[in-house]
Amino acid sequence: MAIYNDKVMDHFMNPRNVGEIENPDGIGTYGSPVCGDMMQITINVDDNDVITDAKFKTFGCGSAIASSSMATEMIIGKTVDEALAVTNNEIIDELGGLPAVKIHCSVLADHAIKCAIYDYAEKNGKTYKGLEGFDPDADDDDEEAGCDGPACGTGNE
Amino acid sequence: MRQVYMDYSATTPVKKEVLDEMVPFFTEHYGNPSSLYTIGQESKEAISKARQRVASLIGADEKEIFFTACGTESDNWALFGVTDVKKKKGNHIITTKIEHHAILHSCQFLEKHGFDVTYLDIDDQGFVDPEELKAAITDQTIMVSIMMVNNEIGTIEPIKELVKVTKEKNKDIIFHTDAVQGLGNVPIDVKDLGVDLMSMSAHKIYGPKGTGALYVRRGVRLSNYIHGGAQENKHRAGTENLAGIVGFGKAAEIAEQTLDEHIKHSSSLRDYFVQQVLEKIPDTYVNGTMEKRHPGNANITFKYIEGESILLLLDSKGIYVSTGSACSSASLTPSHVLTALGVPVEMIHGTVRFSIGDFTTKEDLDYVIGELTEIVKKLREISSVSEKKGW
Ligand SMILES: Cc1ncc(COP(=O)(O)O)c(C=O)c1O
Ligand code: FES
Repeated sequence: MAIYNDKVMDHFMNPRNVGEIENPDGIGTYGSPVCGDMMQITINVDDNDVITDAKFKTFGCGSAIASSSMATEMIIGKTVDEALAVTNNEIIDELGGLPAVKIHCSVLADHAIKCAIYDYAEKNGKTYKGLEGFDPDADDDDEEAGCDGPACGTGNE
Repeated sequence: MRQVYMDYSATTPVKKEVLDEMVPFFTEHYGNPSSLYTIGQESKEAISKARQRVASLIGADEKEIFFTACGTESDNWALFGVTDVKKKKGNHIITTKIEHHAILHSCQFLEKHGFDVTYLDIDDQGFVDPEELKAAITDQTIMVSIMMVNNEIGTIEPIKELVKVTKEKNKDIIFHTDAVQGLGNVPIDVKDLGVDLMSMSAHKIYGPKGTGALYVRRGVRLSNYIHGGAQENKHRAGTENLAGIVGFGKAAEIAEQTLDEHIKHSSSLRDYFVQQVLEKIPDTYVNGTMEKRHPGNANITFKYIEGESILLLLDSKGIYVSTGSACSSASLTPSHVLTALGVPVEMIHGTVRFSIGDFTTKEDLDYVIGELTEIVKKLREISSVSEKKGW
């Protein structure tokens, strides 16, 4: 296949951490099927603020699924602060690059992680530097006109 | 691994008989058809024979066939050639929302140059309504361009009726049809249809890529589009794509001889495929009419999943299809045809076009149905949307 590299294809064909944690410590969804992609992520966080598990479900293209898979792999074992620092560019780097038109699919994963951590922080009365200025209801800064501005959700709306 | 090509609407393989006829025109009979010496004149005769064969397939006179470099060029020529000669008579063109980009983008170009374009809607089956066309015609209307068969949903438009209402309103309005998907897939008799201009392309009928033709009914005037030498009776310049034209001619001959068989083969396999997919895979819908449809076209939406993902997983199993999903288009916009059909955006994302042709077998389809069932199941397990969760 020419459009994606082997690593992206591997994460797309054999995605890691697919699913949904029951009674998760944090849940976030980001995106909308109308825009073409939507990711849900559930996380568990232990007493030391370390993300012990993360699972995703994604509606989207090959690179959306690969980015989701890679993102969950990257945050498991990280502290919440470290996970908040993960950028979509780092996800792309770990994947060995994405085609230019597909960059926005990695933003999905980055945002969904923040949504899940926001949910965790809210439930546990915690504050994180990485969430400063993060507005879960904000419209996406996406260029795609006509898309309902995706915002964090719990996936049950 | 088995390979199953299910994208005959994108292009077709060149048939062996076609290639066999083409080959000598690269290496032995390579004379320039404009040259007066023997091997030049032999090339000219070969082109003439090809022209007769293409004309015969559509019930035209050979003088009414002009070879071009592709279906796109034929579409461009029709629009720019007619609007140029008629620009003093009016500035209004009528087309539809479901045309190929070769028409739509050319119309957008004409809009920048002072023409008004009406883009007709389709109904929920994919049909253009002759009454709507009639109502759209004004005293400024100089041209109507409506495709014969849609490339995504396969709808066969009622061209004869559309021509009739146009000509009843004003016989001077030029009627063009893009028959790139219709050629070799539906019976065409240009005289019966009454069209003035018709675009065709060789690579959709088991001929080579890079060869097309425009049918120009005798008496219809349009400006030249490609300027230069005196080829194509001084109407389309450029040294002829000799081998390509020969291939187009042979492909047209085969298409004419095997039309009934081709339609029967494709449509029976297509119907089997659609029936099996709908039965075996839940939450799956066919877009567009099942009657008056391209014999090999199946356009299917798989709810809750995205088309590029489906395409990639099918590709990994050697199965080749195309999708209307925005995610797999360079512009990230969803299919304009499915949008016009009223398919919701989130469903367009999950839409795949399967197209069947002469080399497709029932065994191929059984393999595809098996793999597809697994792939849809897998992607639905990964998906964040489902019937339970909603969109
Ligand atoms: C309806 C229609 N018109 C025009 C074209 C363009 O033809 P070509 O590829 O020969 O330029 C196509 C092919 O994709 C088509 O399906
Ligand atoms: S999900 Fe649409 S391009 Fe990636």
